[in-house]
Amino acid sequence: MTAQLLKGVAREIRRHTLRAVHHAGAGHIGGVFSAAEMLATLYFHVLRIDPQNPAWPDRDRFILSKGHCAIGLYAVLALRGYFPIEELETFDAIDSRLQGHPDMTKLPGLDMSTGSLGQGLSPGIGMALAARMTGRGFHTWVMIGDGETQEGQIWEAAFCAARYSLDNLTVILDWNGLQQYGWATPAGYESNARRNPADGVQAKWSAFGWNVLECDGHDPAAFVDACTRARDASDKPAIIIAHTTKGKGVSFMEGDYTWHSRPLSDEVVAQAISELAQ
Amino acid sequence: MTALAQRDVFGDTLVELCNEDARVAVLDGDLANSTKSDKVALARPDRFFMIGIAEQNLIGVAAGMAAAGLIPWVSSFAAFLATRDLDQVRVVVAQPSLNVKLAAHYSGILTGFTGKTHQVPNDIAIMRSLPNMTVIAPCDGEEARMAIRAATIHEGPVYMRLTRDPIAGVTRAGKPFRIGKASMLRVGKDAGIVSTGGQTVRALEAAQTLSEAGIDVAVLHVPTIKPMDGDAVVEFAGRVPLIFTCEEHSIYGGLGGAVAELLAEIRPARVIRLGLRDVDGESGPNDALLEKYGLSAGCVHHRIQETLASA
Repeated sequence: MTAQLLKGVAREIRRHTLRAVHHAGAGHIGGVFSAAEMLATLYFHVLRIDPQNPAWPDRDRFILSKGHCAIGLYAVLALRGYFPIEELETFDAIDSRLQGHPDMTKLPGLDMSTGSLGQGLSPGIGMALAARMTGRGFHTWVMIGDGETQEGQIWEAAFCAARYSLDNLTVILDWNGLQQYGWATPAGYESNARRNPADGVQAKWSAFGWNVLECDGHDPAAFVDACTRARDASDKPAIIIAHTTKGKGVSFMEGDYTWHSRPLSDEVVAQAISELAQ
Repeated sequence: MTALAQRDVFGDTLVELCNEDARVAVLDGDLANSTKSDKVALARPDRFFMIGIAEQNLIGVAAGMAAAGLIPWVSSFAAFLATRDLDQVRVVVAQPSLNVKLAAHYSGILTGFTGKTHQVPNDIAIMRSLPNMTVIAPCDGEEARMAIRAATIHEGPVYMRLTRDPIAGVTRAGKPFRIGKASMLRVGKDAGIVSTGGQTVRALEAAQTLSEAGIDVAVLHVPTIKPMDGDAVVEFAGRVPLIFTCEEHSIYGGLGGAVAELLAEIRPARVIRLGLRDVDGESGPNDALLEKYGLSAGCVHHRIQETLASA
């Protein structure tokens, strides 16, 4: 699929996210928007999957470790044909398959339940080891947020994956630099643009024994190139450090931590959707 | 019957299971020479995965393997499996009901001179409160062997308490283990003991010495604490004037708690819980620990005798 079409899918992910969050009354937005091009590119170009057969044993696995961005994953799954688009309206409703955080017991196509941050990479290691043990050729992809790398388990897993030379495992770091509340800037907590400064993230993963790749997470062609290099690399697990903007695509949401999660008024939704359409 | 250590049985049985079933794997948290999963490391290195001193990652790796169709046995100490990684057990094992088996070694307080940091006498209470989790505490080596096999076939997460040191065998060889079924080990009319894990062996010894003193005590062994064999417990309660629960665990929330909760709803009965009374353990020789914390066969014997005398 061309970069232009993938950008169109990303726009649809954002639009469906706004509608579903509006309908549900509240929900996570900023971290979905930072990941939208990558989710679109993974599900429409990179992953070896069959939406008609979500339990296919040889499928690539994808784990959204930053599980609070579930609605973005649901949107791309629906767009890819895993379930009807209309079902997105049930997000967060009672009895819905579309839970606030991904629940693999409810919705086919989810390879792992996530939500408690920092936990997604470890099951990715288990899947990669299982692929090796059973001789299956699938690749496992785990998307993490930079905020959740504050959890110690990420580094337990980073050590372990390198120790087993899991070249069939790739981490995608959605490095948007913001989190739910965030850290003080030099100006204290007054600013809403409190992006965590560059903190040697490349050197950390490299020191843990990972093959470190970087790209613009909003550029589908660059992301495809990074994914191809990650899949083809040998001897080491790979991490794609994707430079992203939280809230990307809607001017007044970009880089503002308060759009991590919040209710949306009718006016805000209308304005945001009109910006996306441009 | 010979006294076997459940950890030796674990290592031997997992080697057999790896040879029998292509899906079985063993994950170690750097305790293989304590838990005897080193037998698997030597016999089937292709199925043995040392994950490091990192229990949170250990549980997640197992969940991923299970999601990919394997049957991972996670081998570590009960103290770490029940607490250090509890959020991981809750979120990626119990909630998705993945086929992960937790071998909780060194359960109870007989942990080989480690002290309270390595003892978790409240793991049953923690694990049985998790939806989808099955909780098993076999009493001896032979029952452990059959329970490990049953848990491997069982679809869904299992927490299995295993003990460190050899314990007298009371289970006949090859006796089938059915998850969720209790066993009537001794009949008696004066009182009843409901027990689990290795404490069943001490309960039987206490019942034997009591019978020599003319006190006739029944013993119901409940190796599966969850799902508990409620019918067997209720029926047992109807046959005896009072019940003692007996476990190498806190009196809060373990077998005693489960039995008291059940009977309070269905057949109110006097239930006296024998176990650790809101205290942590400590280092010490096994015999001394059992005496100090009221768990020895002699302690169980005396508590029952005193209670009946004052009734």
